[in-house]
Amino acid sequence: MESTSKNFFKDLSVMFGRSMRHIFRSMDTINTVCITPIAMMLLFVYVFGGAIETGTENYVNYLLPGILLMAIGSGIAYVAYRLFTDKQRGIFERFHSMPIARSTVLWGHVLTSLISNGISVVVIILVALLMGFRSSAGILEWLGVFGILGIFTLALTWIAVIAGLAANTPDGAGAFAYPIVFLPFISSAFVPTDTMPKVVRAFAENQPVTPIIEAIRNLLANQPVGNDIWVALAWCLTITVVAYLFAMRVYKKI
Amino acid sequence: MLLKNQNTFAIEVNNLVKTYKGGIKALDGLTFNIRSGSIYGLLGPNGAGKSTTVKILTTLSKPDSGEANVLGIDVLSQPDKIRRIIGCVSQKSGVCYDSTGRENLILQGQLYGMGGKYLKERVDELINILKLEEAANRSTLTYSGGMLRKLDIAMGIIHNPQILFLDEPTTGLDPEARATLWEIILNLSKQEQVTILLTSHYLDEIDRLADRVAIIDQGKVIIEGSPRELKDKLAGDVIKIELLKNYSNSIFHVEDVLKKQEGVIEVKIKSKELQLQVSRGASILPNILQVLQSLSIEVASVEIIPPSLDVVYLKYTGKRIEA
Repeated sequence: MESTSKNFFKDLSVMFGRSMRHIFRSMDTINTVCITPIAMMLLFVYVFGGAIETGTENYVNYLLPGILLMAIGSGIAYVAYRLFTDKQRGIFERFHSMPIARSTVLWGHVLTSLISNGISVVVIILVALLMGFRSSAGILEWLGVFGILGIFTLALTWIAVIAGLAANTPDGAGAFAYPIVFLPFISSAFVPTDTMPKVVRAFAENQPVTPIIEAIRNLLANQPVGNDIWVALAWCLTITVVAYLFAMRVYKKI
Repeated sequence: MLLKNQNTFAIEVNNLVKTYKGGIKALDGLTFNIRSGSIYGLLGPNGAGKSTTVKILTTLSKPDSGEANVLGIDVLSQPDKIRRIIGCVSQKSGVCYDSTGRENLILQGQLYGMGGKYLKERVDELINILKLEEAANRSTLTYSGGMLRKLDIAMGIIHNPQILFLDEPTTGLDPEARATLWEIILNLSKQEQVTILLTSHYLDEIDRLADRVAIIDQGKVIIEGSPRELKDKLAGDVIKIELLKNYSNSIFHVEDVLKKQEGVIEVKIKSKELQLQVSRGASILPNILQVLQSLSIEVASVEIIPPSLDVVYLKYTGKRIEA
């Protein structure tokens, strides 16, 4: 372990550069990650939207937070896939026989995930603006929104790292993301939870996605966020820490 | 100084034992030493323990017991120091796709702490040495197997390591690509004075490249020596002599005379063909020809056939190596 810590940031910047190059060389990742949520947004606003009663006059405003979470949910599948390919192709072996800070091999992918999901989020917000999304949020509220989305991405990315490290096939590496992408459906993302049957409602109101969505929605509407933001942060931080520790354990065994 | 270097061991491996989950014994008391500046071959079939040995020496795996050191540094207690002085080309290509050959080399150099003009020059130099000029700026997705291996080797030596591990470097390549790689490896050994540990299950490869070879089977060294020594132990060369006429009348006479010559182990005659089993073909041949001349036996052609490592392998392991 000696002398590796002082190289951590140097190695990390090299790893980050490598991973970012992969993202920008094929814009597929960002395109694919954006297309489905944008299509969902169009579908819900222009097809189902008229029939949905949310109590807000602008359904895009109501819908956007959930769409953003879905985009991040599908975006992190690529982290798992990339890590899996690195492992499969012998790239891990090469890095591990070199004098580098080992954890940077993972952190490079994690940082790239934050950046590429950030780009997707911005693209989707721009499309939402075209569709009539309006926000009265100030700079602090926007920072809060990006902060929550950032920690949410971090939490899911570390789950993706576990999936990528543990997978035996490329399909397996990406499969874990499906439930995450669909969690927003059983939450307050599309419709208020009070129309749901009891059991579903209980689940919807107590799963992590709902407080995150409520917190973002209120921040964007410049409304008081209440407890939601703390519940949201607690969920995200807990998942991040647990997933990180578990990922590191799996990583050490490779 | 040079002399001293040649007499020290760059790699010392002592009694390594490694058992995998499920009780599979990969290494069972493996011991060998590699002289500085030489090419050392580990020859054995799949599962003999070659890759496990390389993994331990390159700090990717730990043995259950035993010792290993590289340039006097303990592999087990100082993996970080080891990683600085070794270069590895593992069985799987470690090349990043979506990147060009040059980008791969630069990334590799940066991770070794190289940079700036120095790194740029080293990258150019390696692209030149490995004849990758045309491909250097193309995505590695377009590379052939041979080109990928060349890039792997370039990446393995970018930081001028003193020790280079080549784990089955030519497996799966066509003969032409293999021949090119062999030349590159020999040049590296000569020009950059790298000590090379080479594993292979190709006998011709070991024969061509290695100064010394250890045949390993079931995690143990079965026999060790230079390829030449191993073949000599077998029974030396075969000298095949084609005669102009059939000397059937004097057959017994010729055979007896030849058998008495120094270094001749066995003599067989089949009509016009004479086959001699000798210890060292090249040194014995002049004498044999002289004897034949003195008996007024005319020779049509002569051929020295060195014994193959194939036969050595068969003799010491009792099985044929599957290529």
